[in-house]
Order: sequence, then structure tokens, then C-alpha cells
Amino acid sequence: MRSFTYERAGSPAEAVAAAARTPGAKFIAGGTNLLDLMKNEIETPMHLIDVNGLALDKIEATPEGGLRIGALVRNTDLAADPRVRRDYGVLSRALLAGASGQLRNAATTGGNLLQRTRCPYFYDTNQPCNKRAPGSGCGAIGGFSRGHAVIGVSDACIATHPSDMAVAMRALDATVETMRADGSTRTIPIAQFHRLPGDTPQVETVLAAGELITAVTLPKPVGGTHIYRKVRDRASYAFALVSVAAIVQRDGTGRVALGGVAHKPWRVEAAETQMPRGAKAVTAQLLMGARTTPENAFKVPLAERTLAAVLAEAKGDA
Amino acid sequence: MDDSNDIKLSRRDFLIVGATSAVAVTLPSTAAAAETPTTGSPVVSKVTLQVNGNVRELSLDTRTTLLDALREHLHLTGSKKGCDHGQCGACTVIVDGRRVLSCLTLAVMQERRAITTIEGLGTPGKLHPMQASFVKHDGYQCGYCTPGQICSAVAVLGEIKAGIPSLVSADLTAPPQATPAEIRERMSGNICRCGAYSNIVDAITDVPWRNA
Repeated sequence: MRSFTYERAGSPAEAVAAAARTPGAKFIAGGTNLLDLMKNEIETPMHLIDVNGLALDKIEATPEGGLRIGALVRNTDLAADPRVRRDYGVLSRALLAGASGQLRNAATTGGNLLQRTRCPYFYDTNQPCNKRAPGSGCGAIGGFSRGHAVIGVSDACIATHPSDMAVAMRALDATVETMRADGSTRTIPIAQFHRLPGDTPQVETVLAAGELITAVTLPKPVGGTHIYRKVRDRASYAFALVSVAAIVQRDGTGRVALGGVAHKPWRVEAAETQMPRGAKAVTAQLLMGARTTPENAFKVPLAERTLAAVLAEAKGDA
Repeated sequence: MDDSNDIKLSRRDFLIVGATSAVAVTLPSTAAAAETPTTGSPVVSKVTLQVNGNVRELSLDTRTTLLDALREHLHLTGSKKGCDHGQCGACTVIVDGRRVLSCLTLAVMQERRAITTIEGLGTPGKLHPMQASFVKHDGYQCGYCTPGQICSAVAVLGEIKAGIPSLVSADLTAPPQATPAEIRERMSGNICRCGAYSNIVDAITDVPWRNA
């Protein structure tokens, strides 16, 4: 690990001001992803701003009937919140499907959105990776690519976004609240928060340098049956090959977002008009233009079958 | 005899190659540090840790993880370094009542927090009920993962008692129970290379969790 200086910030304004005046600074909250990457010298911040004292750890009702989740709310607390369990079950289930109990106790809402890919070529500093070392090439294309993205990929990168939480938030139309270096705030719909890799896979979100996530807001509940189904190589504590976050209404309409298939949570609203017609029709539109490798082509039929199982389960519940 | 000599020779060659590659590994990082002197020198920070009820003030390199502070500076070697990357759970400790991975948090981030390690749960003369249950059910073989398993298990029962659901909780809104299926899911972050899992589940389910 490279050495770094360290400070604790007492407020969001203090944190963004510290980031603005210190080159090479990064915020640290749970640290479960950042410290791992620092040990491998994939992340090499020169200064860490500890944001754990920012008092952004509350879940509050909004005037619109939704919930405002502080960026520092731990994954465990968000999953266990009675309002989330009752009205946003897909989010609770997605969080509980991710990581381990120890990690969920430390990992935060803001940090979960910003976690980096688990592509093995990104982690292995002896391998080319356009995300870690822009311009060095992509080891995964033509390499071991079983876990990689099948949609929205580029010639530079086929990495996936590893979050389960973000997939549920995409289905729920969450918005991300931030504070910029100058202290101004903005709200970003989660659909626009993560980027596709394109020619610059190292740029993963629309956040500017030194911009801090302060909260994630959920709109008022939409009802329906909430299901998160994660398919992976072992029953617990593994990243998704394919995951489905779905909210299904009694009339068969609803929403669906996929994890494990793209550089961001994958949702195509237009495909949801096909939901009453079944999983095949939805997936055909949702994954239209998929670009697979021989190793990950199985993800397209797997997504369709997982969605079919989810829709069958929803029908049974309704 | 010829075969045996060959083996000795190749083993010595192997050791020489090993030594050379160790040098080769250290060189680039030294060179990199020299190129960027601002990132090369250690930064020392003071931190007050409260471990097992004892308050200790330490001056630590900011890079020191909580695990390394416990083991190398406070000589509490019960918490184990397995993978050092958050994948095995051997380093699990309890911070402010919650289980966390001590390898994935910095010591300087633990100011004013109450840390409990395996040494703080019980003593050889007065075992914690979870420690006693692991002994009773033979919930280990080599024992390396055991401190992490036990710290995790103690916190798991607390999580169930607090009503925190898990992936296998059928009804998200109902209070969870300490069933074997719940224990297995909740303990999935603690790997046991010896495969003592069935005895570990027996040990945990035998501890009365409502009083945990």
C-alpha cells in the first residue's frame, strides 16, 4: 500500500473543501472496497478524507412519501429498516444477497454505488486493463470472460458493475444527491449515474472530481410483489452471474432491472411493456444488441430463464 | 542416487530463483517510491483504541489496518490474518457491537470505538458460551479460522435477536429465527478450510440466542 495522509471531516461542506484543496484525495467510509484496492496499489490515494463523522446515517421519510437514505447508512441497516422491508422489499433482498454479514455492517449506501468492478484483469496488475491503466488494452476480451458483461460493452472494456443494491435502486427509480467541490448540490437520477465503458472505462460515474454522495432518495412506494433473484456459483457470498430485480403488479405489468450483465445496472423501460407477455418477450428487448463472448453467451438465456422464474414466483404470490 | 542429486540440485536452483525474484519484486516499488517522494514516506498518526475494555494510545503508520494494530502492536494474536482481502473472515472482530473485518478497516478510523476480539470474549477459565459450545461440538479442526468464526457467531445471534433479516428469511417482515439455514447463510463470510461447517452450525444453534 502507498502511504497517505489522513483527516476526519466533520460535515459534507468540510469534506468537499478538503477534497478540493488536496490533490490525489479520496473519501473513505466503510473502506471495504477502497482498502482492498489500495493493498493491491490499484487505488493509490495520497490523502484519505474519513467521512464517517458526517452524520449522514439517517433514513428519513420525504414529503413526497418516499425515503431519503443518508449516504453513510450501512447496508445492514438499510436492509433491516422496517419501511424498506415493507415498501421496498426488492432493495432489502438485493442488499441481503450481497457480500457477507461483516461486509454489510461496514459498507455504506454511497460506497456501494461507487464500488469498482471485480474483473480479474482489473485486479491483476500484471495484466492489461483499460480501466486500471487506460490505453493498456483489455485482457478480458479474448481472455477469461465468463463473468463479464454481455450488453452495453465496448472494444475497450467488458467489465460488469458488481453491486446488487444499485440494481434494485435502478428498478425503484432512485435519485442520488451529491455535493460538489464548491458546496453546491445536485440530484442525479440513478439511470444517469453510472456510465457505459465506451472509450473511457476508467470513468465509471458522472461524478466530478471531489463530488460527494450525500444521500439516495427513493420515490414513494409503487406496491406490487418485490423479488430479487441472484444466480451465482455458490449459494452465498459470491458476485452475480445474472441477477434480476423485479417489481410485478397484479395485472402482470411491472419493472425489471438486471445485474451482472453490464457496466451498470441494466434496465430498458420500453422492454417492460412486454411483461404481461412473459420473460422471453421482455428479455428479447431488454438484451437486444447483446455482444457476448463464447464464455459468457450463456448469460442471455440465463437472464431470460431467471426472469421467467421470477415472474412465475410473482404470479404465485399475487 | 542420481535421481536424488537431481532433486537436490533443482531444489537449490529453485531457492536461488526464489531469492532473485524476491529482489526483483522489491526493486520496482523502491524505484516508484523514489520517483514520487511525496507518496514514499510513511505518515504516522496517533490513535486511541479501546480494545477489550482497555484504552491504548498508539502512534501508527496511517496504512496500518485494525488487524495489524491488534496483532503487531497490541500483541492480540487471536484475530487471524487469512487472506487480508476480506474474503475469508478469519480477522472478524466486534466493533461497537457489530462484527466487521479488521483487515478491511484502518486503525486510525477506530478512534473512540469499542473493539472486542476473541481475547475479550472469554478466558480459558471462564469461556464465553459460544467458545464453550465450539469446544463441546468440536467446531474446528486446525483452529485457524476459529476466533473469527466465534466472533462472527456471537454477533450473528445478536443480529437475529435484533430482528435483522437475511437472504433466507422467507418473510422479510417477520422476526428471524436461529434455524440451521439462517446460521449457514449468515456465517457464509467465514470460511473454514478444514470443512468443519456442520459442527460449527451445531455449536452455534446450541447457544441460547434469545439471551445472546
